Amino acid sequence: MTAETVRAASVGRWARFGRRIPLHFVVIFLMVIWLIPTIGLLVNSFRPPEALTESGWWTAIFSPSQFTLNNYAHVLAQSNISAGFVNSLFISIPATVIPIMVAAFAAYAFAWMKFPGRDILFVVVVGLLVVPLQSTFIPILTLYGPKGLNIAGSFLAVWLAHTGYGLPFAIYLLRNFMGELPREVFESAAIDGASPVTSFFRLALPMTVPAIAALAIFQFLFVWNDLLVALIYIGAQNPDNAPLTIVVSNLVSSLGGGWQYLAAAAFVTMALPLAVFLALQRYFVRGIVGGSVKG
Amino acid sequence: MDPRLGTAVIVVLGVPAVLIGYIWLTERVLGLLGQRARPRLRPWLWLAPALAFLIVFLVYPSIGSLIRSFQNAAGTKFVGLDNYAWFFNDDATLIALKNSLIWLVVLTGLTVGLGLLIAVLVDRVRYETVAKSVIFVPLAISMVAASVIWTFMYDYQVPPNPQVGTLNAALGSAGIAPIAWVQISDFSLNSILLVIVMAWMWTGFCMVILSASLKGINPELLEAARVDGATERQVFRRITLPLMAPTIAVVMTTMVITALKAFDVVYVMTSGHFDTQVVAFQLIQELYNFGNPGRASAIGIVLLLAIVPVMAFNVRRFRAQEAIR
Repeated sequence: MTAETVRAASVGRWARFGRRIPLHFVVIFLMVIWLIPTIGLLVNSFRPPEALTESGWWTAIFSPSQFTLNNYAHVLAQSNISAGFVNSLFISIPATVIPIMVAAFAAYAFAWMKFPGRDILFVVVVGLLVVPLQSTFIPILTLYGPKGLNIAGSFLAVWLAHTGYGLPFAIYLLRNFMGELPREVFESAAIDGASPVTSFFRLALPMTVPAIAALAIFQFLFVWNDLLVALIYIGAQNPDNAPLTIVVSNLVSSLGGGWQYLAAAAFVTMALPLAVFLALQRYFVRGIVGGSVKG
Repeated sequence: MDPRLGTAVIVVLGVPAVLIGYIWLTERVLGLLGQRARPRLRPWLWLAPALAFLIVFLVYPSIGSLIRSFQNAAGTKFVGLDNYAWFFNDDATLIALKNSLIWLVVLTGLTVGLGLLIAVLVDRVRYETVAKSVIFVPLAISMVAASVIWTFMYDYQVPPNPQVGTLNAALGSAGIAPIAWVQISDFSLNSILLVIVMAWMWTGFCMVILSASLKGINPELLEAARVDGATERQVFRRITLPLMAPTIAVVMTTMVITALKAFDVVYVMTSGHFDTQVVAFQLIQELYNFGNPGRASAIGIVLLLAIVPVMAFNVRRFRAQEAIR
């Protein structure tokens, strides 16, 4: 390589960088906007409650002496916090796995099988997203009660409920992504003698991996952060099974206010969903699907 | 060791095994049937587990709500369409309806617009994961904690007290008088300020799904267009955007429904005061505060009916998708 080509390459790189400055500017600007409230919450989670109403959180950055670990210490010192964490895991993992599998079968049927009444049924299924969960609590509690299944307060009760509540969105999202797959792939598989079961497991599922990863992130997040469903189906009946969200909400209300603990608790409880998000990031890589489809 | 651990392991491994076994078994059963019965029966067997869950947890309670919506507060007698007549004539409800409409338009516009912008932009930078995590974090913060931090963003102190709210402090440093955010009663601005809180949380949701769709586009397709001389803008407008359109529609539909159901932010930040009431929070109040499940059920049914046009649009879209794939 001659000196000229090296120089030309480096000029090209700088010109490219120059063109990309607006891109970096916009991305970083949006990141800063999104971070400001989060940082505010983070800084306040390290401040004593009196300080919060006296001065803004940004002043603390310049006088770090007021920082304290008391809020975190108080949250983590709750006798049932580790039990709550374990319970949250017990609730969230099955309540993520079950609806995704059930939804994947249904989504495949909606996307690739023909049957009478399919469109109407699909509309009804997705329309159920609007049903206010509050209106389902009383009938379901009756069903879970001693006169019904007698499972109120158990993990099974919340697993089943989260599966039911999560399905409309899961089916909707997966049906959309499965429906976009090219017809030829399934047709050539059928010609080669593949059954729908084989097509589903060998083609449809692997090709919708980014959508399944996105769905897993959200289903896990919603179940992990859910207070309402846990409160109704576990709450009073069996405090031993209470997830982290119930432990945290007790912390706040029993102390009247006490929301500085809420800020600390928010960061404690956020860690795991964020880890799930980061772990599933590797399925959001360009070409993971494209490579298998010769379109 | 915790005995529940065993149960959890059995569930996490066992349930998928049972479901896969179920599908495998249905195929065996279908194998015994004739060629013509098979494709007719198969979809129903694949749908059965999902439909069972949906019927128990959502359809059956909704039928209860429908019946309840025609009854009085105590549930002792049928009052015909009274609850619906109340909903469409009461002044407070009409304000809630107007605000819900604002939520629907502004929240959907902001989250889908910004989510798409961010998904497309971060796809082009090396620090994509960091940028996406930053946008995703608010969704992982609980709704209550998020509302608390935004209470501090919007906080207003009567001068000359020092402003501890972020926005007013920022205005102060620019020499502008503080504004009583969320308590301004003009132009429904308060509702929009609450929508911003929700948009801050939910943009990450739209971004993740739109990003999944973007990554699903065959790179060879884009490369071919570039080789043929298309500019980046043309590649985006003519190829990327049309290929993402179905997912954009899914995200928009989901956000419309999220906007209609949103009440937590209103509950924590204003309790519906200052002209910020929304239909979903009114449902909660009728149910828990005013002891009128009849009216609450009527509101729920109105919400269900309100999305019928959105769903009709979805069906048309799916039919079009099937025609071209």
